Amino acid sequence: MNEIKSLLEALIFVSPTPIGLKKILEVVEDSFPKKDIESALSQLLKDYETPERGLYIQEVAEGFQFRTKPRFSEWIKRLKKISPARLSKAALETLAIIAYKQPATRGEVERLRGVEVDGIVRALLEKNLIRIVGRKEIPGRPILYGTTQRFLELFELKNLSSLPSLEEIKALSTDLSEDETE
Amino acid sequence: MEYNVKLDIFEGPMDLLVHLIRKNEMDIYDIPIAVITAQYLEYLDLMKELNINIAGNFLVMAATLIHIKSRMLLPRPPEEEEEDDPRLELTRPLIEYLQLKEAAEQLKLRPLLYRDVFTRDFLAKEMEGKEEGLIRVGLFELIDAVRKMLLEKKEEDFIPLPSPLIPIENKMDEILDRIKQLGRILLEDLLPGHFTRAEIIVAFLALLELVRLQKIVVYQEIEGGNILIYDFLPPATIS
Repeated sequence: MNEIKSLLEALIFVSPTPIGLKKILEVVEDSFPKKDIESALSQLLKDYETPERGLYIQEVAEGFQFRTKPRFSEWIKRLKKISPARLSKAALETLAIIAYKQPATRGEVERLRGVEVDGIVRALLEKNLIRIVGRKEIPGRPILYGTTQRFLELFELKNLSSLPSLEEIKALSTDLSEDETE
Repeated sequence: MEYNVKLDIFEGPMDLLVHLIRKNEMDIYDIPIAVITAQYLEYLDLMKELNINIAGNFLVMAATLIHIKSRMLLPRPPEEEEEDDPRLELTRPLIEYLQLKEAAEQLKLRPLLYRDVFTRDFLAKEMEGKEEGLIRVGLFELIDAVRKMLLEKKEEDFIPLPSPLIPIENKMDEILDRIKQLGRILLEDLLPGHFTRAEIIVAFLALLELVRLQKIVVYQEIEGGNILIYDFLPPATIS
């Protein structure tokens, strides 16, 4: 069992993108029973939950990935000499609309935000946070956009259904009244 | 000669409405339409005065507001319930917009890659061979990078002597020469050792001009990372 755990640790370590259970099984299933692999995986995840580890294993974009714990971010930034990834407010809003309404056309996003988003959509495409998923079968056949795996990785989301639902987000109570209550 | 500076704003009519509703502590389900229309139009006038480019959609919203206001003035048949409140035309999209704004805020609170958490940097290794996965840098990233350089340079690093300004054209030639020699250069390479604020700005303007003329392309390894300057060729073809 410990051997399987170490093996899984090694696989996750070398994988350039989050590695899913399916992929793991593809690689090792003929050597170990599936049941053992699954329990070794959950054991491994638990091992990393202890505070003395600098890393944790996160399920993100339908796979597992080593990430550094948030409390070390300042030192890591010093090492890598980078400033935090930034998305402008407009870009973030556009991204959120596409994430929640996908597949969505540019026109649909613009109707919601009330501003043109041509440039922002292009920037999000270039950053690989959204992608073209097809065309809407209405006159003009506008392009439909959806989010990417990269989007899930960036926001540490397991999959799209792990986004909080819009119903959960009580916009009015939190948003409109925050100025008075805070 | 009159300088006519036009400012662009990135917020739209919906943002202005939210701003006004908040400022007046209005109930979104019972918006005093006459008040908000008057205030909205006042803002538009002010924006014109400040020379801010007003996009057409601001005018569309103004028309919508006036239309709702006029419908509010018409007597409504008594059996009509709240369902037919003309203001719903405004309230519904506003609520949806506020929800999505909040959703965006919630996204920002998550552990963000390259801000809060980091993964192993596989990209850096790959970059030594093929140069795929680079991010094309836009104007704002360039400005960010230059701003960072200006901030990082402490005041004492600047030589207080007035140094002769290099014309932008010369700087452009210099950049092109160095790229020809080295294949690619870092933004920082353009300004070795001691330099003045003015020199940073000249280098920056030269870069912008070269990008505009499509003589060079500017990439980043990761968002907010080092700025790499290439000859105008897709980087994958540079070996």
